[in-house]
Amino acid sequence: MGKDFEILDHTADVGVIAYGTDLNQAFANAARALFSLITELDDVEEVLYRDIELTASDEESLLVGWLNELIYRFDAEGILFKRFDIIQLNDTRLKARSYGEKVDSSKHKLKTGVKAATYHMLKVDKTDGYRVQVLLDI
Amino acid sequence: MSAPWKEIVRKIDDYRWEIPTSYKAGMLVPGLIFASEAMLGHSWEEQAFEQVANVAFLPGIVRNSLAMPDIHWGYGFPIGGVAATRVRDGVVSPGGVGFDINCGVRLVRTSLTEGEVRPKIEQLINQLFVNIPSGLGSEGKIRVKEKELEEVMVKGSRWAMEKGYGLPEDIIVTEESGSMKGANPDKVGSKARKRGIPQLGTLGSGNHFLEVGVVDELYDAGAAKAMGIESLGQVLLLIHTGSRGFGHQICTDYVALLGEAVKRYGISLPDRQLACAPISSPEGQDYLAAMSCAANYAWANRQFILHWARESFSRVFGKSQEELGMRQIYDVCHNIAKLEDYTINGKKEKLCVHRKGATRAFPAGHPDVPDVYRNFGQPVLIPGDMGRYSYVALGTEAAMKETFGSTCHGAGRVQSRGAARRSLRGADVARVLADRGITVKAGSMASLAEEASEAYKDVSEVVDITHKAGISLKVARTKPIGVVKG
Repeated sequence: MGKDFEILDHTADVGVIAYGTDLNQAFANAARALFSLITELDDVEEVLYRDIELTASDEESLLVGWLNELIYRFDAEGILFKRFDIIQLNDTRLKARSYGEKVDSSKHKLKTGVKAATYHMLKVDKTDGYRVQVLLDI
Repeated sequence: MSAPWKEIVRKIDDYRWEIPTSYKAGMLVPGLIFASEAMLGHSWEEQAFEQVANVAFLPGIVRNSLAMPDIHWGYGFPIGGVAATRVRDGVVSPGGVGFDINCGVRLVRTSLTEGEVRPKIEQLINQLFVNIPSGLGSEGKIRVKEKELEEVMVKGSRWAMEKGYGLPEDIIVTEESGSMKGANPDKVGSKARKRGIPQLGTLGSGNHFLEVGVVDELYDAGAAKAMGIESLGQVLLLIHTGSRGFGHQICTDYVALLGEAVKRYGISLPDRQLACAPISSPEGQDYLAAMSCAANYAWANRQFILHWARESFSRVFGKSQEELGMRQIYDVCHNIAKLEDYTINGKKEKLCVHRKGATRAFPAGHPDVPDVYRNFGQPVLIPGDMGRYSYVALGTEAAMKETFGSTCHGAGRVQSRGAARRSLRGADVARVLADRGITVKAGSMASLAEEASEAYKDVSEVVDITHKAGISLKVARTKPIGVVKG
């Protein structure tokens, strides 16, 4: 098993490439990459979960929508997620359960603020394993 | 892009470079980049170049897809990009404004001198750091209910002022008087509201900051005097922040919505992040109404922060506001879309001017320039990185003719945040700054490294190009002596 995700340098922002043996895993790894930018994942415990369901017109939009939903949960509810169980994923629909805990400043070091996931450089590639790419505005 | 930039751009003069429409099928107008040859040579980015060409695809774009000398690679639009579209048949693009809607800068004069502030700079920076919530995950001291948030969305700075945070004269010297017309809270979704409520009155993280600077050069003493900048060694305060998660969510929501609208209106684009809709369409109108809410939120935000900054100075120096003379010089936004009138081919035309990392630069005599500056031009505020300089400039008639009343907004990054973090340590950056006489307090050491001088172009080079090209003229320069980073 190779790496789960890579962080790409971009002058103003930061790119994420995530891999998986299927699309579900690639989406889960993209979410892990997102939270690895925000905090140290090792410091996060699984004490709560949130269910997320969303629809979009295609897989690329689903990926952006998925990450933006997680950014929203972090920003509005203060939840750090570390594990993602993608229950259903097809061209237009995603259903997932995400595990983590609320930010505790005595325990979690917050690193980078992420404003949003963008459609720039967006890719869902299934040619050689599953590989997804997205640019985050930080 | 395969060919090197020199084979694609055409030199117009020492500060202007054109990307012809022949570069890429689908470009409706040429690209026009403000840069020096030296700057193109060492800090040019092919992706930013490509993005200037992509913006030229937007339906209704007028004259040029413009790039200021602080241009760098963004998403969709380049940062430092300006595009004007015809209101009657053109589009509006949320990506042409960005996620941080009305990210902007507010400059405040003081009657203090470097000699008075230096001995207390650490105390002052600590006081500002304590008094103004900053950093990732910080919550504001302002507690608003949803109903009040809606008032903030409509009234902007005025709401804060009416609640006792600031003075009527602050509003007069704020772009749009701190409250943009056309804001409609009905067009703002519940997620933006949830992100917006706790973050009102926070500086944020990333490149946002407070800078205590000292005037070290005056280029136009007359204009400087009108701004209350009287002498070298005078201390000024710069506030740089925006609409926080509230604006980010509005952009997120509308990029998704307009991504669908693009298909309905049959618009073909080279980058999905350029998602747009006709200005006259319901989607376009709704975006502008929601964007205006975020713009007003940002102006209220900077108004709260100014109030706490005034309190902090009073406490540290034991002086009244009158003695401190903390008068706001001006407040500009550098991420916005505005409906403005221009003369195109001899005819008056209403345009939607997208400024993505660009500052409005209206000339003397323009009705939107406050009376106190009417004879000089609109003050343009250009922050640099925390180790070099910041500038005050004036808008010009040349900017009206050539750049839809726009100029640069800052230094512009040259190094990615990751590369900066890997090559520099926050603690080292703080030490280097201390050696240069700059006291820094940051929410996180990593963010300090990401924002080090080395990660940016030299703002002096950027400002010299806009000055020589005539789209804004230098008035004064400050060098920082204390910085609070989010």
